[in-house]
Amino acid sequence: MTNFTPYSALAGGALIGISAVLLLLFNGRIAGVSGIMSGLFYAPKTDRLWRLAFLLGLVLGAALLQQLWPGFNVPRQHYPLPLLIIGGFLVGFGARMANGCISGHGICGLANGSLRSLSATLMFMAAGMVTVYVIRHVLGLGA
Amino acid sequence: MKQTLLALICGVLFGVGLALSQMLNPNEVLDFLDISGRWDASLIFVMLGALPVAMLAFKGVLKRPTPLFAGQFQLSTKQWVDKPLLLGSAIFGVGWGLGGYCPGPAVAGLGLLSQESVIMVLAIYAGIAVYNRWFGQP
Repeated sequence: MTNFTPYSALAGGALIGISAVLLLLFNGRIAGVSGIMSGLFYAPKTDRLWRLAFLLGLVLGAALLQQLWPGFNVPRQHYPLPLLIIGGFLVGFGARMANGCISGHGICGLANGSLRSLSATLMFMAAGMVTVYVIRHVLGLGA
Repeated sequence: MKQTLLALICGVLFGVGLALSQMLNPNEVLDFLDISGRWDASLIFVMLGALPVAMLAFKGVLKRPTPLFAGQFQLSTKQWVDKPLLLGSAIFGVGWGLGGYCPGPAVAGLGLLSQESVIMVLAIYAGIAVYNRWFGQP
């Protein structure tokens, strides 16, 4: 069971928005994590270092908040491994096919008024909701 | 060098934002998607926090001829909703609902020393590698 946490969610969302704005303003790049991840290995060599820095920053940022506010995020354990592995694979595969994930489409693309990104975001949500329904309420798996 | 440092700072802000907004808690994500069960609307507030900031600022930023540290803005030039977009998004959504992780939180979760994050990052890269091998790097 999780708690309703609107204020920290708003504040966290604003930080994510500011990050996306700064990356666009200074580097001219979209803060889309799946694209940044893919390019880390598949973009031209000169276009990789900033990606590594951004991804490293994600890890450091989460670690920083964990230091400042221990126990705010507690890593989940004992979740069914096959769901994680299949889920991760589909997330990576689908994000490449759709050319973006929640950050690229759901934040940056929507903010830019893109119809493609709106369609993608609605599809993520719909497919995610159906999947959770089946996993939790039909199959009785997961958390 | 400037671009790399800026990317690091943006990554840190993004990572703190994800951690603060509970996006790093995959059960919170699953509860958000569980509209017929124990629905938790918190994650809507993440978008409510991020979107107004980004919407207002993107408009101003994109009026500039170039970014501050780079020669040009690199945005998607695709305009139309096509089959790969919808099919890819559906596949993504199924994966999201299975594990409760999208790419940002999977990476950031490494900062919590979460074992699940290690598994997720590897699995996401497997999906990316298979897609890029089959269809080429877009």
